[in-house]
Amino acid sequence: MAATLLLLLGACEKKSDDRPVAATSSDTGGSAKGDLGPPQGPDVNAVLTSPPMVPPPTGRKAPARVIVQLDVIEKEMPISEGVTYTFWTFGGTVPGSFIRVRQGDTVVFHLRNMPDSKMPHNIDLHGVTGPGGGAASSFTAPGHVSRFSFKALNAGLYVYHCATAPVGMHVANGMYGLILVEPPEGLSKVDREYYVMQGDFYTVGKFREKGHQPFNMEAAIDENPTYVLFNGAEGALTGDKALPAKVGETVRLYVGNGGPNLVSSFHVIGEIFDKVWFEGGTKYNENVQTTLIPAGGAAMMEFRLEVPGSYVLVDHSIFRAFNKGALAILKADGPENRAIYSGKEVDAMYLGDRAQPSLQAVAAAAASASTGELSIEQQIAAGKELFAGTCSTCHQPEGQGLEGVFPPLAKSDFIAANPKRVPEIILHGLVGAVKVNGKDYNSNMPPMSQLTDDEVANIATFVLNSWGNPGGHVTSADAAAIRKAQPETASAGH
Amino acid sequence: MRRSISAAMFLLCTGGVLAAADTGFAHLTGGSFRSVLKYEDVKNGTRVAPFDLQRRPVTNGDFLAFVRANPQWRRDNVARVFAEERYLQHWQGPATLGPNALPEQPVVWVSWFAANAYCKARNARLPTWSEWEFASAADETRRDARSDPAWRERILAWYSRPSNKALARAGLQAPNAWGVQDLHGLVWEWTEDYSALLVSDDNRNQGDPDKLKFCGAGALSMSDVENYAVLMRVAMLSSLNGADATANLGFRCARDSP
Repeated sequence: MAATLLLLLGACEKKSDDRPVAATSSDTGGSAKGDLGPPQGPDVNAVLTSPPMVPPPTGRKAPARVIVQLDVIEKEMPISEGVTYTFWTFGGTVPGSFIRVRQGDTVVFHLRNMPDSKMPHNIDLHGVTGPGGGAASSFTAPGHVSRFSFKALNAGLYVYHCATAPVGMHVANGMYGLILVEPPEGLSKVDREYYVMQGDFYTVGKFREKGHQPFNMEAAIDENPTYVLFNGAEGALTGDKALPAKVGETVRLYVGNGGPNLVSSFHVIGEIFDKVWFEGGTKYNENVQTTLIPAGGAAMMEFRLEVPGSYVLVDHSIFRAFNKGALAILKADGPENRAIYSGKEVDAMYLGDRAQPSLQAVAAAAASASTGELSIEQQIAAGKELFAGTCSTCHQPEGQGLEGVFPPLAKSDFIAANPKRVPEIILHGLVGAVKVNGKDYNSNMPPMSQLTDDEVANIATFVLNSWGNPGGHVTSADAAAIRKAQPETASAGH
Repeated sequence: MRRSISAAMFLLCTGGVLAAADTGFAHLTGGSFRSVLKYEDVKNGTRVAPFDLQRRPVTNGDFLAFVRANPQWRRDNVARVFAEERYLQHWQGPATLGPNALPEQPVVWVSWFAANAYCKARNARLPTWSEWEFASAADETRRDARSDPAWRERILAWYSRPSNKALARAGLQAPNAWGVQDLHGLVWEWTEDYSALLVSDDNRNQGDPDKLKFCGAGALSMSDVENYAVLMRVAMLSSLNGADATANLGFRCARDSP
């Protein structure tokens, strides 16, 4: 396939030189071209930031010697409201401090393990070229410091993590973070940059079970996390801690996945990533809805905010978001733009699902009516359903009415005096004073002219044959005739 | 538990005769033992000869007596090659304990060399890793409780707590089936052959161990990778040099049984 393409290209451009074709202009050359020479200028102390903040661009045009000092701190922190967990951290946070260097830099790494640590620790930076990513060179007992150096040959966004035995437990306790190796030309300027990192956590107690929760080794081996979180705690990036932004701004997220086990289907609800540097590499893809971030991997993504509101960051393996905590908020302030997004325009009732099975009796009556086999029993059954949907709100389910407001239909002397009133009032309403069963009512029933003749006939028949009323039979033809005649007492509606 | 009660009864009955002997040691019968370490030259379990092990970790009070009798091990006298600068740093003075080192608390901030010298002064020695592992496999009722996930969880729960609070007194926890206390849940402990525990610095190199690091005994690896509890202890010991001292590392002594 490739060969065919090359031949075609050659033919079109009428070139016959033997230039190597593989190294296209978009190929950065990888580590072979990553050594930009010896460090120049004075040493630079790396700016490390706690999540969700990102250090400023290095702003350098030449490789430097960059000093990184990272502390290993074992500490108890909240993992959810009222729930604490002993985290092992790089820099006191989960994820660990964000490190930003430039391709070609020589990084002098000091790993300091606090004296009150229980465990030895080390660090494997995926941005390191060399066996173990620095792990073997940084194995550090409590109260000790290790130093090693590496040259950052490949640009990209890389995970770092602890690799001391047992690796899984060190990672599960939060020992991971991101190091950004900027390309020599730097990254494009954006309005905001944020650092978000997913991780899965395994506790002995259930999700949100209060108190201090120890690490659950069995659950970790089974890959069945209790929590899946952004930035180490449920609510780390929600409410007051939501990531702020403004309409019109372009936001770049640096998103890592520490694992130890789960891969992330990273998604921002209501946004489309304009660009995704998938796998944290050099190339970007455009117009992406959800991007996969492997455990021990990372991605960068950019999007412009057009419409204000809260954008929810989730792992779209969605039960993790709503049942295990993988949820963060990016809150965009600014003016609405109804041309792009209208907001809610209509909220109307929709009864589509009422047809089955509650209105089965109505359907049966309609079918029988069409074949001329409609019985009074069918009319009563259908009328009962229609009464429940249309009339019972005022006259009450058992026709008892509401005293002083809506007259009763049950055992009604008003109906008994003239049963024909029932379909008339349904169709034309009733306004003015009436006396029913010895009590006075003076209200306004609107005409129910939206009902079909069949429906009016069925409701009237149901009412006449219920609650001690005198009985009777109203047909569809009766209803049609009544519809045409306007009685004196008719309501003009509300 | 039953063992310790019967031992105490025995002491009461025999009176001062045994009290004059060293009663701080429990006797462990030894035997064939399945270590979590995979020794290449061991096929049917590791042999552990009968030995005695101190029932409790060595305390500040014990170590103070040793230092007073052996002033070359005072922190102001000790050779730096045998103990780093932080050796016994939590004591108020070279021969005084003070509020941060109560007499009944296990001694910490001790180097391997100092621990070794202490045990020699008591006509004892540090336990080997195999002996330590053999003794620590027991819980209160079983001599080998290691396959019980609940037992492992208990140990891990301690491992996951930082050492930023005062240590408990030695001997507060219930004795295990051998009558030994505090093997877990109080402090890490030096072993005589700790430096042979060369779990690779980078734990993930298990398929490609640096065999040049292992002289004679052959390469070690874990035969029970689910036993994180022991793995972490090995990792801790393998991160240390002999002169190192930490806030949570103590020791106890062992000796051959007659």
